[in-house]
Amino acid sequence: MDWTNLLEIAETEQKRQKSIRVHCCTSTGCRAANSLSVKQNLDNAVAESGLGDRVEVIGVGCMGFCGRGPLVQVDPEDLLYEEVTPENAPSIIEALDGGEAKPIKGDSQHPFFSRQMKIVRQHTGKVDPERIEEYIAVGGYQSLYKALYEMTPEQVVSEIGKSGLRGRGGGGYPTGLKWATVAKMPGKQKYVICNGDEGDPGAFMDRSVLESDPHLVLEGMAIAGYAVGADHGYIYVRAEYPLAIQRLQKAIQQAKKYGILGSQIFESPFDFKIDIRIGAGAFVCGEETALIQSIEGKRGNPVPRPPYPAESGLWGCPTLINNVETFANIAPIIREGAEWYVSIGTKNSKGTKIFALTGKIRNNGLIEVPMGITLREIVEEMGGGVPNGEVKAVQTGGPSGGCIPASLLDTPVDYDSLNKVGSMMGSGGMVVMDRETNMVEVARFYMEFCRGETCGKCVPCRTGTVQLYSLLTKILNKQATKTDLEKLETLSYMVKETSLCGLGISAPNPVLSTLRYFPQEYLELIQEDSLNSKVTV
Amino acid sequence: MQSLTAEATKTQKSQSTPKKTSETDKRFKTLDITIKRNHYRQDALIEILHKAQESFGYLEPEVLEYVARQLKLPLSRVYGVATFYHLFSLKPSGAHSCVVCLGTACYVKGSGKIMAALEEELGIKAGETTPDDKISLMAARCLGACGIAPAIVFDGTVAGKQEPEMVLERIKAWQSKT
Repeated sequence: MDWTNLLEIAETEQKRQKSIRVHCCTSTGCRAANSLSVKQNLDNAVAESGLGDRVEVIGVGCMGFCGRGPLVQVDPEDLLYEEVTPENAPSIIEALDGGEAKPIKGDSQHPFFSRQMKIVRQHTGKVDPERIEEYIAVGGYQSLYKALYEMTPEQVVSEIGKSGLRGRGGGGYPTGLKWATVAKMPGKQKYVICNGDEGDPGAFMDRSVLESDPHLVLEGMAIAGYAVGADHGYIYVRAEYPLAIQRLQKAIQQAKKYGILGSQIFESPFDFKIDIRIGAGAFVCGEETALIQSIEGKRGNPVPRPPYPAESGLWGCPTLINNVETFANIAPIIREGAEWYVSIGTKNSKGTKIFALTGKIRNNGLIEVPMGITLREIVEEMGGGVPNGEVKAVQTGGPSGGCIPASLLDTPVDYDSLNKVGSMMGSGGMVVMDRETNMVEVARFYMEFCRGETCGKCVPCRTGTVQLYSLLTKILNKQATKTDLEKLETLSYMVKETSLCGLGISAPNPVLSTLRYFPQEYLELIQEDSLNSKVTV
Repeated sequence: MQSLTAEATKTQKSQSTPKKTSETDKRFKTLDITIKRNHYRQDALIEILHKAQESFGYLEPEVLEYVARQLKLPLSRVYGVATFYHLFSLKPSGAHSCVVCLGTACYVKGSGKIMAALEEELGIKAGETTPDDKISLMAARCLGACGIAPAIVFDGTVAGKQEPEMVLERIKAWQSKT
């Protein structure tokens, strides 16, 4: 495989593709709404109508508007159909030949779509994730070729550094810096790990990327391997995502077959192989040191840092760990250049971020937006606001994040601004809550989560989460006093400051942020006689 | 711990129970293939336990001992891993499974109420199986199907936008089947 071959595959594929492409979503969300039967009936309709020479039906990844699935989109006219049923699906094909389409017509110019800026999700919903040729036809693996033949590993690292890309898993550590650290480490054996253990409830961006465009992640990992000097990569995916695992396996096989993964990639001296590791349902394994333990086949207990994985990670070797979305940004940056990437976003947060917009909101689904957009724009314009109600709070960052009240909806979405209001970017879950939602209950919900997911290694997290949970229960049962409320706050800070890993450090965030913005809801639950004495929160 | 394993095996042999042993049970063969495919590597423990659970339905003590022996790992280590991860079950599950997603998006949209209705109907708590071994009720942290919240998995198939009544209907259909 060389450059000419790559272009040849792309050209053959472009020629093969029919002029009218009917995209039918086959990702988890739409699948649950019976999209596979929809696709089957679309296929049958094409065969029956005799339009097979110019129309093809393609099973694609997530189009984002999951709340209104199954979705079908027709190119080149860019027609969108929502809530398609197997019964009315054939009329979409008939409409191509003068008939009338029966399914609900969607508005592809709605702010939900038009306000997006797609870098990672550029091809999702357009390419068949199960065929590498389609990915190559849209320019796939050209960035890897460019890196291998036109750039030195140092240049790749510095390009990523210049782009200002920061970790999309939540922490926001500068990616270039991480790569440079691993690249500088001595030692022959190094590893690249892709963290696909997306455990935050309410977040499904990584699942969607892996299901919709697996090759984009593989390409990013291979470029990373070249840049830091690693020849072996692991993708750790949670077992709850069987479709993502299946598509990744297929993608790896196809890439190997073409000589794009494995030994002597593109006939260069660079070798890189990728193995999949499947999680087994432990939230803490999203923490990098715990994830490494899990890949080694052990209990997912975090270990103290330093040494950071960049120095001593998998089997004691220097290891680069990045999130799925981070790796998915690599190929576009190499292709378009760091300067292009820097032009998107805010001063300290570059590029775009995918959010899973869910909860009490009219339009829910996945959106990719440039950093710096405000929460109001996302929730009110793109999301269409709360059906029959008002926004009370927006929860970002999952169990590690916080609840941002409606009064702060004008906060721009970037790493620093979200930290400032007591939440965090997190992996990208954004759950909208309306006036009916009880914030103390939300705090207890997250504490229940952390209590169940703590690995039990360090005391503050193991016992602290249990104590915080029972205090919250006591408050909700209206049995708590002012002292309990004070205890809740002190204990929250203690757990935050003394826990070993991110899980414990961030576990009290939902409590602290609800205490900060919704103190009244806590106070209303405090026993009446104790209310007479002054309460400070 | 290794000696414990050995003892346990000995006792079993002395009792000479005709039930599943590694020689007679086909499922051990499938497990063996997975172990070989992973070159007896100890770091493949989680992969192997996944496979074991798939073919045996749950991780019975005998299987854990077998895996420990094959990978030359202390039983404590295998047991430790099997009990650490939520997806491994050391108890047999019912004929049907119903998994309720309790992730934030589903929770905000009322999956807690669905769970409560199910617990009342079945008379069991999440994580338990009905006494007649028919239905196992489980809770998931997040299925990543938040766009169609609340989501429930019936026997491995995800269903979205569920209401308590719809779910109870499905469950009753399972119960009425003999």
